[in-house]
Amino acid sequence: MLNTLPAGELLDLFLHFLMLSLLSIGGAMSTAPEMQRYFVVERGWIGEADFTTAIALAQAAPGPNVLFVPVLGFQAAGLPGAAAALVGILLPSTLLSLGVSRWGASRRDTPLVRAFTAGLAPVTVGLVFATGWLLALPFLGDAAHRNGALVLIVLTALVTLKTKLAPIWMILVGALLGAAGIA
Amino acid sequence: MMAARPATDAALQRPASPLALFIAFSLLALQGFGGVLAVAQRELVDRRNWLSRAEFVELYAIAQMLPGPNVVNLSLMIGDRYFGWRGALAAITGMLLAPFLIVIALAASYQRLAEFPAVAGALRGMGAVAAGLILAMAFKMLGTLRGNLLGPWLCALLGVTALVAIAVFRLPLAWIVIGLGLVGWALARWRVAVLDAQAARRKAPDVTAQSPAAGGKPGSQP
Repeated sequence: MLNTLPAGELLDLFLHFLMLSLLSIGGAMSTAPEMQRYFVVERGWIGEADFTTAIALAQAAPGPNVLFVPVLGFQAAGLPGAAAALVGILLPSTLLSLGVSRWGASRRDTPLVRAFTAGLAPVTVGLVFATGWLLALPFLGDAAHRNGALVLIVLTALVTLKTKLAPIWMILVGALLGAAGIA
Repeated sequence: MMAARPATDAALQRPASPLALFIAFSLLALQGFGGVLAVAQRELVDRRNWLSRAEFVELYAIAQMLPGPNVVNLSLMIGDRYFGWRGALAAITGMLLAPFLIVIALAASYQRLAEFPAVAGALRGMGAVAAGLILAMAFKMLGTLRGNLLGPWLCALLGVTALVAIAVFRLPLAWIVIGLGLVGWALARWRVAVLDAQAARRKAPDVTAQSPAAGGKPGSQP
């Protein structure tokens, strides 16, 4: 039932996440397309639907959304994969953040840092749009559920933008509609 | 800045120990379905009174521009501030440990549960909602670009290039972040220089106009 990977590939996974950690400006979600490319397309460790499942599980469970990362590791390589993915995605960024936050917020107004944040902000937004698109894609290809899923995606986005409703209720509605075969 | 705290902040509490931090962060993480930020704000600011609202916003702004999950970075900074690296470790572990165990248990049982069509359907529905949530987050982030010093056209150019490179051409993320990041940073450096020069000219137009030779840099240069 549980997948495993040879130690060499597990190490590759860990090293890849160490690198992604430093690239994950704007949150782990901005690196999701890259994880999808690496896990599904390049390595073939998991399928496209597994990837969407990992994100859905992390959304459904309590806690930070970054927990979709250990789920990916788990799908590919069981518990060692989950641990390698979680430690890998967090270790470099955490050490860097600790250093930078101690170095102080005092330099946030220097031209160098202002340019850094201003220049990266639009790239980050583009990456989050790409994530949403890649997550929605499997539903658009599934003829049986396409319309229901599209309505659900659009409604969720609208409700999130227009109301203060907690996401858990939308996830619950999605689960019920999905279980009933509507979406 | 700390010395000039408003009087209302005098009532700020602090966690008793790293263990108290660990418990507080565990409890708030376990309430955070579909995202922890709103719960963190409510628990740490409104209920436990460990931070003022302004301090929370400030720390989150810094957490956001650093690599790594924003909520994890936020936990780290709050923990570090009370008990150094031990506090940071306690806060992060609290934020992640219990949710990690839950999500892995879910993933493990999902492989068995997925044989039931209703479970597979529920997951599909939840996946569609997840896609909608992310898209909404992207639209919300779009609003924060309004004040970006690059201006709307350069922002659109960078953002759309990143979107197309990832979603259509499936290029590796490292190329995008490093390549487009450098382009964005260079453009922003240039904009900062232009804006600062404009601000300086507006502030002191007479000084530059009266002594073009002294500075060696004519103030009337366009």
